[in-house]
Amino acid sequence: MDEQDGPESGFTVAAPRAAEEEPHAYTAADIYLEVQRSAAFQEVRARYRRFVVPATAAFLAWYLAYVLAATLAPAAMARPVAGPVNVAMLAGLAQFLTTFLLTWAYTRHARRNRDRAALDLRWTVLDRGVGRDRGGQA
Amino acid sequence: MSGGHQTLALALFSAFVAVTLAITTWVSRGRHGSPEEFYAGGRLFSPMENGFAIAGDYMSAASFLGISGVIALFGYDGMLYSVGFLVAWLVVLFLVAELVRNCGRFTLADVVAARMRERPVRIASGTASVTVSVLYLVAQMVGAGSLVTLLFGESGTAARAWGVIGVGALMVVYVTLGGMRATTWIQIVKAVLLMGGAVALTVLVLLRFHGRLDDLLTTAAAHSGHGKAFLGPGLAYSGGWTARFDFISLGIALVLGTAGLPHILSRFYTVPTARAARRSVVWSIGLIGGFYLMTIVLGFGAAALVGSGAVRASNSAGNTAVPLLALDLGGGAGTTGGTVLFAVVAAVAFATILAVVAGVTLASSASVAHDLYASLGRRGAKAGGRKRGEVPVARVAAAGIGAVAIALSLLAQDLNVAFLVGLAFAVSASANLPVLLYSLFWRSFTTRGAVWSVYGGLVPAVALVVFSPVVSGSPGAVFAGRDFHLFPLENPGLVSIPLGFLAGWLGTVLSREKADPAKHAETEVRSLTGAGAA
Repeated sequence: MDEQDGPESGFTVAAPRAAEEEPHAYTAADIYLEVQRSAAFQEVRARYRRFVVPATAAFLAWYLAYVLAATLAPAAMARPVAGPVNVAMLAGLAQFLTTFLLTWAYTRHARRNRDRAALDLRWTVLDRGVGRDRGGQA
Repeated sequence: MSGGHQTLALALFSAFVAVTLAITTWVSRGRHGSPEEFYAGGRLFSPMENGFAIAGDYMSAASFLGISGVIALFGYDGMLYSVGFLVAWLVVLFLVAELVRNCGRFTLADVVAARMRERPVRIASGTASVTVSVLYLVAQMVGAGSLVTLLFGESGTAARAWGVIGVGALMVVYVTLGGMRATTWIQIVKAVLLMGGAVALTVLVLLRFHGRLDDLLTTAAAHSGHGKAFLGPGLAYSGGWTARFDFISLGIALVLGTAGLPHILSRFYTVPTARAARRSVVWSIGLIGGFYLMTIVLGFGAAALVGSGAVRASNSAGNTAVPLLALDLGGGAGTTGGTVLFAVVAAVAFATILAVVAGVTLASSASVAHDLYASLGRRGAKAGGRKRGEVPVARVAAAGIGAVAIALSLLAQDLNVAFLVGLAFAVSASANLPVLLYSLFWRSFTTRGAVWSVYGGLVPAVALVVFSPVVSGSPGAVFAGRDFHLFPLENPGLVSIPLGFLAGWLGTVLSREKADPAKHAETEVRSLTGAGAA
């Protein structure tokens, strides 16, 4: 856990005015806007979305197709495949399987393509004196 | 059923209560009452610990008893619940867990309020969170009541009320004394017990069929009274178009509701980083997926070994299928093995209910103190959520929510547990998910959009339930004698979830003020990098 910082580390409890004591005259808003426009951040965001958007669309469509098939076409789903096993049973187990596979693919993708760059950006923001601002309570 | 299992089940359950109370006092010794400590348990749990705790929070008695019961009665259709409950975790993993950990501090409203005018957003979002939590609590406590009835038989009406009150009182004790740290450890203990119980029963079922799953399915179909139809969809939900749409509605609510459940979201704040939040979700998906696979075996096992008819005779909703299966696997009624297994299952189910209600109560007390009180209170309007008095308020709120949940559960005792959980999911998906996703991903989202999105999902969801056949106009309704139902479906999700998204879009488009690009930049940068995370 290289990017750990516990609640004791002081980022969140420091005075809200900390940013103004920095030598730069940046405000937090300027820095976030600047980082948001930076190529490094755009790349992290693009990598995240390139995985998440199609994957979400795919699993939602696959799940919806499964629910609709089970409710609207039960006869087709009940068609036997081997012994007592039918199409519906295989489809249900396939939902479990695809969920496990997508979980694995997502974490692998995040670890390989996103984590390092995101951590670097986090330090970029911190170096500019933001991050010890108002935490989540704005 | 003999009195032996009652005594043993009570003894086992008392042991669980004693252990968890000891944990509560042990982990909260010498802890100061900061909000960080009370709501987030100090934020230093490991991903594995949090993964177990999430699984413990999620695997309610409704799934342990309810899903396997539905499978025992209706066969394949019960599996649809398992699938929905599991696939929902992909929404959490992909779109919510890491970003919420990075942007918020204690509650869902934190994430939204960071971009918006704080007061209206917190009031709206806090109200929605408390509504969802109370519905979820009622479901669990009604389940506790059914379990008491099962244990004490017909004469258990008074015992049932006392069971509900006892569970409610215990959860208030855990939450007010131990906060998130104690609640988390209770979830972990409970998750281990529940997984252990499920594994043991599954192994026993598989041993009975010599590991041949096809034999299990064939026998289940033969003893169900439905033959081959038992193994395909349609027994429970293909009655007519209303039943079909009701199931589609439930399916959508299940898959989208999880990501808006306040007690699930608050679990991500107990780990130090977004990466740790992601790894907790991976742990919980593994645990939950394994658990639901086992409930399928248990459900078909109950149909095969106990028989659907016998299950239905014991409880028309099927909630007693797993305890009856345990009795049979142990050697049947009257044997020592049967008595022990039955008592163990009953005690595990009790422990499950107790742990889940503690988690939900904690999350809703955070919403009351951190969002509602801090915004509605006179001083709170200015000072945000960091006042001294917040934790004491949360403790009082936990006691208050406990009292409300006990009262409502006593009124709703005859409603089906799995159905009540489905309602909580529908409200969560309608009121919480749209505002959360819009805040995280939509550049132009405004305060008005946020407020409209919450109320635009919450009000239709609740109203459609009030005017549904659940409340009036059907034999099993709350007010069975009256009929003021206007909406045909039992689950409102199919209508109210799109309305939540629509209202958020409409409110944003009709806003006079434009979204602040700097605030959006802040949310986007923080959510993806973890800069400034609490």
